[in-house]
Amino acid sequence: MDAALTGTQAVFEAHAHNAAVKALSSLATDAKFDRAELTITVARENIIAACKAVQQAGYNFLEDVTAVDWYPSEPRFQITYHILSHSLKARVRLAVRLNEGDAVIDSIVGVWPSANFYEREVFDLFGVRFSGHPNLRRIMMPEDWQGHPLRKDYPVEGYR
Amino acid sequence: MAPVAAPDMLNPGVEDVVADRNRHQGVPPPQDQTMVINMGPQHPSTHGVLRLVLEIDGESVVSLAPDIGYLHTGIEKTCEAKFYQQVVPLTDRIDYLCPMTNNLAYCLAVEKLLGLEIPERAQYLRVLLNELTRIQSHLVWLGTHAMDIGALTVFLYCFREREDILRIFESVAGQRMMTSYFRIGGVSLEPPLDFYQKVQDFLNIMPERIQQYENLLTGNPIWMGRLKGIGHLSAADAIALGVTGPPLRASGVDWDLRRDMPYSGYEKFKFNVPVSNGCDVWARYVVRMDEMRESVKICQQALDGMPEGRIVADAPKIILPDREQMKTQMEALIHHFKIVTEGFGVPAGEVFQAVESPRGEMGYYVVSDGTAKPYRVHMRNPSYATLQALETMCKGRLLADVVAVIGSIDIVLGEIDR
Repeated sequence: MDAALTGTQAVFEAHAHNAAVKALSSLATDAKFDRAELTITVARENIIAACKAVQQAGYNFLEDVTAVDWYPSEPRFQITYHILSHSLKARVRLAVRLNEGDAVIDSIVGVWPSANFYEREVFDLFGVRFSGHPNLRRIMMPEDWQGHPLRKDYPVEGYR
Repeated sequence: MAPVAAPDMLNPGVEDVVADRNRHQGVPPPQDQTMVINMGPQHPSTHGVLRLVLEIDGESVVSLAPDIGYLHTGIEKTCEAKFYQQVVPLTDRIDYLCPMTNNLAYCLAVEKLLGLEIPERAQYLRVLLNELTRIQSHLVWLGTHAMDIGALTVFLYCFREREDILRIFESVAGQRMMTSYFRIGGVSLEPPLDFYQKVQDFLNIMPERIQQYENLLTGNPIWMGRLKGIGHLSAADAIALGVTGPPLRASGVDWDLRRDMPYSGYEKFKFNVPVSNGCDVWARYVVRMDEMRESVKICQQALDGMPEGRIVADAPKIILPDREQMKTQMEALIHHFKIVTEGFGVPAGEVFQAVESPRGEMGYYVVSDGTAKPYRVHMRNPSYATLQALETMCKGRLLADVVAVIGSIDIVLGEIDR
């Protein structure tokens, strides 16, 4: 297994020919190439621009939007987008870090309609809000449910 | 005879249903001529707990909103509280029609994190069982889809062949449905001696049986009338809405992970990827029927080329030792004790591993913080995404077509909930 490459500079130099690297050269704040998977971190304000840029570069299929809760460290939430390219036969992972006090990010439903359910799921289970989402409501849990079950400070067996 | 109740007693709370629907789904209130009806949560055509809130004008569908979240398995949360190896049985429960595929996706993801080499024999066994799982899952789809539309005979035939596959699973894993046969690093047991003969017997009869189903259905005017031109989903819509698997290929997109981003040694197998430009329920039927034939071919290749050797990787700190070794070697006993009581650490990092399940791209996103328990396991399930496309496929069609369309996307509700 090759050692992981970390840092924007190192990754962008080693994979200068990669379509996603080219498309995101001006937007990336951090990058990682680990276990043959490319992860590019972008700032919260740039997520729609980043999605449009990779879409232009041939990454046409949004596979997944999910989140990781790094409680208690800050920024607490990592929103992860897995985007697949049918023509390049490759994936890119976009990551955005959000602080707990201000866990809001722009919705990308305008770029990929399939983000609709994925973002509702993240909202329901992590409590991250997506501004501009057409129908941001709980999708799994009842409307009056207290708390967001996949947060790390939510007990595994629920509140008693 | 009991007195007939007044009309308002017979039909209580249409307003309630509408208000309920609005509260949950945020759809605008229906027009004057339309009516809101609920299909499910327990409907014969939904094969699980799915509630569809349909707004209908006469018999045509004006809008459709799926209401999900009835199972509450809490599976992703549970994974975070288990050791890596204890998650394998949980992945069985995600999709009860393809447990082996889920095992594979999860094991591959963790193996990628560990950087573990899998022996070729284990890879072949995994491919063989995965393709049997695909046939088995498609048989359930075909049987229930045909039953929804009114053809009961096919259902009985399909379950006859499925039984053969479940017997094979039972002989190899000791379980018929929740097999948990795959392990991180390989598979759990060497298959019994009669396993290969059983598989060969099954592969000998299967092509003829698939022809039998086709004889019953393909030329049948009722079947054609109910399927052709129904549930249109264009390639652009399919990609935009995140549809994968047979529904994607039935919309004319030539994409199959087994061929295009091979995993677990799929690059060694020769097979075709069935694609159709029909974009309708009929195309999905044709694609899946051809897929079963291709799976039979892959199984035959796996059986013929089955390599000799170990079935687990050489990693004593991750894989439980043989029973015999454990009784005779102190070292093996210590490893066994440590794996069972403390698990094994997985280097920090994040991976996403997708496999082609019978329903589409089944992806596992596993994040490790270096401890023996996964920090986060997320499942990207094909049914969850395909469900979003249901409204596009059903809008403007008749209520009866909704049943045909749900059958054609081959939904499993276990995948949809978290």
